[in-house]
Amino acid sequence: MSSGPALVSILRQGDILVASVHTALDDAEMVRFQEDLVEQIGQYRARGVIIDVAALDVIDSFAANTLRSIADIARLRGAHTVIVGIQPDVAFAMVSLGMGLAGVTTALDLEEGLAHLAGIRAGTRSGPSGG
Amino acid sequence: MSDPNPDQRTADEVSVEAQQLLPQLVAHLREHRATLRDAWVGRIRDAHLLEAMTPQEMAAETTSVYDNYVEVLETGSVEALQHYARDLSERIIPRGVETHEVVGIVLLLRDVLARSLFEKYQGDVALLNHVLDAYEPAANRIANTVAVSFVDERERVIRQQQDAIRELSTPVLPVRERLLILPIIGVLDSERAKQLTVQLLGGIRTHRAKVVVIDITGAPDVDQTVANHLVQTVDASRLMGASVIITGLSPTIAQTLVTIGVDLSKMNTIGDLQGGLEEAERLLGYHVSRKEVTDGS
Repeated sequence: MSSGPALVSILRQGDILVASVHTALDDAEMVRFQEDLVEQIGQYRARGVIIDVAALDVIDSFAANTLRSIADIARLRGAHTVIVGIQPDVAFAMVSLGMGLAGVTTALDLEEGLAHLAGIRAGTRSGPSGG
Repeated sequence: MSDPNPDQRTADEVSVEAQQLLPQLVAHLREHRATLRDAWVGRIRDAHLLEAMTPQEMAAETTSVYDNYVEVLETGSVEALQHYARDLSERIIPRGVETHEVVGIVLLLRDVLARSLFEKYQGDVALLNHVLDAYEPAANRIANTVAVSFVDERERVIRQQQDAIRELSTPVLPVRERLLILPIIGVLDSERAKQLTVQLLGGIRTHRAKVVVIDITGAPDVDQTVANHLVQTVDASRLMGASVIITGLSPTIAQTLVTIGVDLSKMNTIGDLQGGLEEAERLLGYHVSRKEVTDGS
């Protein structure tokens, strides 16, 4: 299904997967990213997934939907997903276009995302954000 | 061939003759520079214009305006004058010089120079006519340029001040680590609502905020557009990992929002700012308690 070098680096830190998106992905690359990530969640028995989109200037509706799907699929595979690093103008553009990522947990940056996942594991929800 | 009746000349002829007369005219104005300038300054003083300026400044400015004026008459290029007029406006606007004063002094200069031309050529009406053909359009262009430059500069200053006011009108205040307050005072129109969102999202990033309290006690009215914008701001803040608490919805605004059917289900609203701060502290895990003072007596 996937071919060529991965465009998104997916790093493992304990039972958490950290995926950093470095460049804008087209639709096919986005699907490829989704497949890679979902496969690795099972492979590494991950309990948490952090997707860092700080490098993206634009998040279109396909990308937003894919991110939401990833969160849903990850939940079915037993991992909690946090999207981190959405830029201020990207956030406002997404909301203006009606892509509010309802139901997906979001956090300011990687550090916050890790703190949120640690909070879930400790049995308390640390972050006020999230659906 | 001579044609005594000016009405039968074509526009081209007029312009050619005007071109030939211009150097003569400019030479005359240069020759009597000191006298004419003094006459002009006298007229300005009589008309009580530019009273904000000291006599020294007045002398310096009038001399350079005079020289620029004659130069534009000679070359026909208004660009240099435009540049000078902008500089001049930049200097005198902060001193409170009004538009009517600037236009006034330029028109006075135009008048002083025209009178001197009348005096010089009054013996020959036909020639005077030609001289005026050359002088009037150029003088009008100069008056126009100076006035437009001045107004442009004033508008630029006004725009700058509006930007400053807008920025100051939506302060984003950190109260505790990771907690921001955004008090909204005054009418919230859609332009200001947009500004507010930009400032807030920037503030969340800078201060790494997790909770934001937006207090709209001071906002007299909220319409549908603004309400929807508030909802979007809340959503966008959530995407950046911060949750928003809205406080101080007045009874009128609350009724309006329900009546116009804005979807507020996602909004976390609390009656007053105090309650909002308490809720924010709870979300952040702060526990604020008053230290008991034990009174000995």
